[in-house]
Amino acid sequence: MKLSIERGTLLKALAQAQSVVERRNTIPILANVLIEADGNQVSFRATDLDIEVVDRAPAMVERAGATTVSAVMLHEIVRKLPDGALVNLAEDGSAGRLTITAGRSTFSLATLPREDFPVMATSEYSTNFSAPAGMLRRLFDKAKFAISTEETRYYLNGVYMHTATGEDGPVLRCVATDGHRLARIDAPLPEGAQGMAGVIVPRKTVGELRKLLDDDDAAIAVSVSETKVRFATPAITLTSKVIDGTFPDYTRVIPTGNTRRLEVDASEFAKAVDRVATVSSERSRAVKLSLDEDRLILSVNAPDSGAAEEELAVAYGDERLEIGFNAKYLLEIASQVDRENAVFLFNSSGDPTLMREGNDTSAVYVVMPMRV
Amino acid sequence: MPALCRDCLTTFDHAARCPSCRSPRIVSHPELFDLSIAHMDCDAFYASVEKRDDPGLADKPVIVGGGTRGVVSTCCYIARISGVRSAMPMFQALKLCPQAVVVKPRIAAYAEESRKIRAMMEELTPDIEPLSLDEAFIDLSGTARLHGAPPAVMLARLVRRMETELGLTGSIGLSHNKFLAKIASDLDKPKGFSVIGRAETQGFLEPRPVRIIWGVGTATQAALEAAGIRTIADLRRWERVDLVARFGSMGDRLYHLARGQDQRRVSRDERPKSIGKETTFHEDTGDPDILDGHIWRLAEQVADRAKARRLAGRTVVLKLKREDFQSVTRRHALGDATQIADRIYREARDLFDKAGAKGPFRLIGVALADLVDEDQADRSGDLLDPDAGKRAKAERAADAIRAKFGKDAIIKGRALR
Repeated sequence: MKLSIERGTLLKALAQAQSVVERRNTIPILANVLIEADGNQVSFRATDLDIEVVDRAPAMVERAGATTVSAVMLHEIVRKLPDGALVNLAEDGSAGRLTITAGRSTFSLATLPREDFPVMATSEYSTNFSAPAGMLRRLFDKAKFAISTEETRYYLNGVYMHTATGEDGPVLRCVATDGHRLARIDAPLPEGAQGMAGVIVPRKTVGELRKLLDDDDAAIAVSVSETKVRFATPAITLTSKVIDGTFPDYTRVIPTGNTRRLEVDASEFAKAVDRVATVSSERSRAVKLSLDEDRLILSVNAPDSGAAEEELAVAYGDERLEIGFNAKYLLEIASQVDRENAVFLFNSSGDPTLMREGNDTSAVYVVMPMRV
Repeated sequence: MPALCRDCLTTFDHAARCPSCRSPRIVSHPELFDLSIAHMDCDAFYASVEKRDDPGLADKPVIVGGGTRGVVSTCCYIARISGVRSAMPMFQALKLCPQAVVVKPRIAAYAEESRKIRAMMEELTPDIEPLSLDEAFIDLSGTARLHGAPPAVMLARLVRRMETELGLTGSIGLSHNKFLAKIASDLDKPKGFSVIGRAETQGFLEPRPVRIIWGVGTATQAALEAAGIRTIADLRRWERVDLVARFGSMGDRLYHLARGQDQRRVSRDERPKSIGKETTFHEDTGDPDILDGHIWRLAEQVADRAKARRLAGRTVVLKLKREDFQSVTRRHALGDATQIADRIYREARDLFDKAGAKGPFRLIGVALADLVDEDQADRSGDLLDPDAGKRAKAERAADAIRAKFGKDAIIKGRALR
């Protein structure tokens, strides 16, 4: 194998590969990236056995071939090369070394045979559709904060992507929850997604997927089977196993009868929550919301460290209410609001509270209160 | 030299017998009325309670402990003559003292007596630090004017009162810090009253072996021995930096304790690191149903203790010991601290299922660790388990029923397995 490639192009292609590679793994080949050169293109493939990413880039290929080298090391070398450099990769097969040259620098990296590299089994995808990157970005970005990290409930360690019926017809829906809060985000159902099997996309995959979604106008090809999900752009293909488990019935968790409505400027609210929470040294900082006619008092009372109070002018016309929340959860859901005011719908101080942006029901959040 | 009669509490200048009641039970020491930190340790507490409640046992060797597989919790002084000691395996104890009467522990009865003793101590000072049911540190500093008598007199009065009102005896160690008070209470058991003054601290400690230091167990002792340290005098020859370099933070403690220095305050707020219960089976078992019943009962006992101490834990720990003594410990951190038996049980059960350990087991234990105040516990519900709140309420209601009508007034069917 012998090829030349521009440093910037190479760096971009390697960035994704090296982030998929697990830093600590016991199988040496999994630390490597598989480089395959053919025609006028080179591809970089990396896997942790659950996720596989293939990144393709144009290159001047002198001699086709394939080999594997340490993904992290190759990425580090390329990162440290000067911008605009032309990088040559050469491997003659017999020496077991990949030679990297750029300008006056020469590197030689140990290789492992390409035959040893595990390639994820191809799968029959039952659903294939195309979705705008911007839409997928919104679906996953707004849901991912609620993903659980608790391994005992492994089926919550991802975003549940499925089809559902929203207020204005069929939707592609992403849901995540950790039992304390829940995010339910809808987008109009793309053509061809009807009948898609619901899948739980693992946390790490959600993180990797995010890197494919920066370009608003790009179309992402999405393929779904019972066990795998694939997201592809012309340059990058990300394939991932999905979490083998049943996502709980979240619909009964979303309150429908909450009538006490509070409307507040989300960023003012978040800043106030953040300020009053400062005095609490507990691990889960509890903030009390005291609501009265168009007035919200946020307070924290931590017997060991201090107390704080702040008043906000809000729109609220219901009975007096006192309810407590984990400050972190309030901050996280408030930060999802970017266009309009945040609307909270309460029932009682012990029941789940619903939050949405204005009257937009395409993104709703549920948060469990906390005794204060 | 100041002296005190432990029977009639008369104070006088040193004499062989009490000038007022002629009792020989005298304690005299140059610093007797200047020392105020004490350690009170009941004598063979569990066994004494059993003997008091069943006078037929009075002249028999009594061992309190569980079953054939268990260990000795406490043994009376008659049993100790045969060489029986606490923590000794039961079969060994019975070999040494075959005529011993083995009594199953009645923790509730002991706890009741312990509460009475604690109430007596609380009349003297709020600065009490109970270490277990049968021993406590008492700081009587600054109480001489209030009581109109120095600490030594009040302590002698306390043990006298325990004996007359409860029929239980205890030993007092009086000194100028906790470390020495604890050592002193052990010097003259049973019914002892020992004093270690400031002037004699050094001379007293130097010839003693390092294992008298609280916290120096077999492992530390071996490590010290490897460094050529057997006695406290050996320890004193080491520089502080060298001890720290070799033994870490323990080295710093050793340095100060070897000099009789201990700055720890007597305070009841010292929170335990964990609350745990474990049970050793009569017969090894791998039966999941039986084990499930044990997990529930242990979870309930742990929850009871946590509730009694107004504590909750952020981590649930499950411990299993297999028949070959191999142990498996699994822990799980909760998002929100708990003191609810139902949650502890569910977490422990989950840990058991995930541990995938193959039985049969000889021991199972459940504990709560990473403890916090109870007002920080169980504060938020679980969206995906909406019934958890109801179960917690049911448990609180059951607790209230038990508090009113007795421990067995209401139990879960699960506990019967």
